[in-house]
Amino acid sequence: MTGTHADKFEVVGHNERRVDGTALVTGAPVFVDDAPAPPRLLHLALLTSPHAHARIRSIDTTQAEALEGVALVLTHANTPSRRYTTAGQGHPEPSPHDARMFDTKVRFVGDRVAAVAADSVARAREAAQLIEVDYEVLDPVLSIDAALADGAPVVHDQGCDDAWDAARNLAAYSEAVAGDVDAALAEADVTVDLTVETHYAQHVPIETHAARAELDPHGRLVITSSTQVPFHARRIVAYVLDVPVHRIRVVKPRLGGGFGVKQEVLIEDLVALTTLRTGRPSSLVYTRAEEFASARTRHPMRLRVRLGAGHDGVLTAIDLDVLSNTGAYGTHSLTVLSNVGSKTLPLYNTAPNVRFVGRAVYTNLPVGGAYRGYGATQGQYALEVAIDQLAERLHLDALELRNRNHIRSGGTSPIFRELGEGREGVEQVITSCELARCIEVGAERIGWAHKRGARRRDGSWVHGVGMSIHMQGSGIPMIDMGAASIKLNDDGSVNLLVGATDLGTGSDTVLGQIAAEVLGIPLSKVLVTSSDTDLTPFDVGAYASSTTYVSGTAVQRAANDVATQIRAVAAAILRVDPGDLTLGSERVSTDDGRSVSLAEVALRSLYGVDQHQIAATASAVLDTSPPPFLASFAEVAVDLDTGRIRVVDWVAAADCGTAIHPRLAEGQVEGALANGIGYALVEDLAIDDAGRTRATTLGRYKIVGALDLPRLQVVLVDSYEPTGPMGAKSIAEIAINAPLPSIANAVYDATGVLLTESPFTAERVWRALQATAVR
Amino acid sequence: MRIAFQLNGHSATPEIVPGETLMEVLRRTGTTSVKDGCSRGDCGSCAVLLDGRAVTACMLFAAQVDGHEVTTAEGLADGEGLHPLQRALLDAGGVQCGFCTPGVLMAALDLLARDPDPSDAAVRLAIEGNLCRCTGYVKIVDGVRDAAAVLRESDQPEPQDAQPEPQDAQPEPQDAQPEPQDAAEASAPRPGAPR
Repeated sequence: MTGTHADKFEVVGHNERRVDGTALVTGAPVFVDDAPAPPRLLHLALLTSPHAHARIRSIDTTQAEALEGVALVLTHANTPSRRYTTAGQGHPEPSPHDARMFDTKVRFVGDRVAAVAADSVARAREAAQLIEVDYEVLDPVLSIDAALADGAPVVHDQGCDDAWDAARNLAAYSEAVAGDVDAALAEADVTVDLTVETHYAQHVPIETHAARAELDPHGRLVITSSTQVPFHARRIVAYVLDVPVHRIRVVKPRLGGGFGVKQEVLIEDLVALTTLRTGRPSSLVYTRAEEFASARTRHPMRLRVRLGAGHDGVLTAIDLDVLSNTGAYGTHSLTVLSNVGSKTLPLYNTAPNVRFVGRAVYTNLPVGGAYRGYGATQGQYALEVAIDQLAERLHLDALELRNRNHIRSGGTSPIFRELGEGREGVEQVITSCELARCIEVGAERIGWAHKRGARRRDGSWVHGVGMSIHMQGSGIPMIDMGAASIKLNDDGSVNLLVGATDLGTGSDTVLGQIAAEVLGIPLSKVLVTSSDTDLTPFDVGAYASSTTYVSGTAVQRAANDVATQIRAVAAAILRVDPGDLTLGSERVSTDDGRSVSLAEVALRSLYGVDQHQIAATASAVLDTSPPPFLASFAEVAVDLDTGRIRVVDWVAAADCGTAIHPRLAEGQVEGALANGIGYALVEDLAIDDAGRTRATTLGRYKIVGALDLPRLQVVLVDSYEPTGPMGAKSIAEIAINAPLPSIANAVYDATGVLLTESPFTAERVWRALQATAVR
Repeated sequence: MRIAFQLNGHSATPEIVPGETLMEVLRRTGTTSVKDGCSRGDCGSCAVLLDGRAVTACMLFAAQVDGHEVTTAEGLADGEGLHPLQRALLDAGGVQCGFCTPGVLMAALDLLARDPDPSDAAVRLAIEGNLCRCTGYVKIVDGVRDAAAVLRESDQPEPQDAQPEPQDAQPEPQDAQPEPQDAAEASAPRPGAPR
């Protein structure tokens, strides 16, 4: 086997047993709702709006309050009215402050109307149904076009200062321009003009949102929450309830999946206020139906992409125009929108003329939010289908066109500077890019050369292959901050304290591996504590594919500092220069073979001479965000009789820099592909003409099961990112962007039918087949 | 009312309210491996073994297990040592967030009791009622098949003179070829199994 960059590491690059693995496989009580019910626990139930758009004339809670066992009923009449955003983003949040705990107006089916706290879930639900609400039903806004129509009802007509233009239902606007796109398109030898439209889908973590609150013996509020953003949750709850931050502690135990939907402060304010008002512990766990009705979604979008190229197959212009439906509230409306461009357009940096214009509109529909991929999913669908169309017009193989245009190491794009997280971005030069290798490896594995264009028939099924290429980021440059603390214990073990949030990815393990590598100790000697606002240093949380790169850099820095302190003590013992010492195998060694153990170093520092705690805290905020890259190849079969698409084979070749834990990294790709395949083919909130989702159960909202997928093949190509910890960049999100374009391009290869509207349900494909008379 | 059943080899006699599901009673009494992902039999996170067969505990009234044997993930580990299936699933990367994992373990144990050497397709069929949003299932399938290999090896009778094993339980080279997807013929769906 040829050497790889990861060969030089002892712990990094190895498939270590997860630090939380035993607890998870033995069913230990490690999730929010697993903790034993404390005495006098109150359970919350929600009353939500049955109307897409209505004003609340009055609420009568007397019957509910009179029910035995009911402790508290919360409505707009007795709760704080501060406007805020549920988006768990850094301060100040770039999302409009357009929400209240409870408002006098409801803006989508599932919007909060009231909450009841009672001594059992059943009693709380019973009481919620006894609340009488008099609604003045308003005309709803149920589509992007309706939102933009002259005289459209205004979703936020009660003052919402930081939306782009609330009176015109515009939550956010974003644009970036380089060069002269119109002139370049006019002069281009070949152009493509394509419009695609995406649909409502949900994250569906198997653990729904769950939060508990209680007062500790000193009267401080402790919130245990299934959150991806404990520090943002603390800050936002403090703001909404007007309680000082120092009175609140937020703890995130194990998390049963997040995928972005737990980057929202959706329920923590309710348990917090209930416990502050009653002095009793309280709990709220969304039912699956509540999760579907009231949690967040992937923003549906309409995207028009125009490409211009010369006969030489080099792009001259890319124009991307986006309309995003943010639903009733503008959470992540601006930043998801800007990411549609910023995580998409740099892929093809040969085009000097690039333009991005995006608008996000309010509607009376479910609320968009952060969802793995974060806008790149929609943008790369539009762009990658358009690129295939361009290849056809140029009579070029789809791989060849991409190879002539995709970004490479040493390259840059004006978009990096022009388009950031809802503001200007940061100039960046790509310092690692194995995309060409990813394309090569993937093409070979899928059998591109003999399958593309072959249209193999198997009864009524016809096969096709399609591919697409992808990028994401590794955290948000100059914004995302992570910090880590490490201290050395008597026996040479260390405590690693990180604010970073393991949402089920295994990041506690990955961060522990980085510390272990630097300190020359096994992972079992790194005791990882994460995500507790009292105990761990700050971290923005788990989003934007930031944890390995940003938080991992903080861990590496803290470990380097601790290693220096260890060497200083060891040097005193061994009477050598600290610079001559190396750490490894739990020892500190000289070149000539003398050594002391870390335990000896620790004991001396704690109990012996010049006593002190060997410890360090370090932070990381990085001025770059190296994109991971991925080439995705799908073989599908399309049933010409029914329109059903079957995924036959899938190869994803990824460049994530050093894979700190290769198996976990592969798992991120496999899981993201599975989620994306479901999104492309079957997942759909299926909103009816009254704005209600018909997906109220996992029976009606299909997520893929083991029988729906082939054995997904993942290849991690050898790569090393010089700015990353041990050469790492991110991997968590990127692959979810692949299925929409890879499948659409494969279906086009099989049938000549261009799928421009998702999801690609059998009915939709069948209708398209009929329209083009493919037999 | 009070019911009596065997829970992980011990006698359990919880007081229950009529209409309570087995999932509710188990979670309320501290068997927290049984997860609630949907409360209606769709996701498989609450799967337990009832007399050796995997069932979704949210779809059973607690009263229905009176006099029966129930096994959960808490009952697998032997002291400090993990069950080979738990270890294999972990080492294969079949555990990400871990919320669906206890249910997957139950479905897999049910399968392995009937089929000590399941194909990729047979494992997929067995766990098709266990929804996992994290993994893409590849590594769960690998973990179950790895466990099967370990369990077969440990079940081998002491090598008598009878027939020398031609190959001593190969450590499952994962053949790159995707298994045939048509799993329906691998084995019949089981009544009462997670959907």
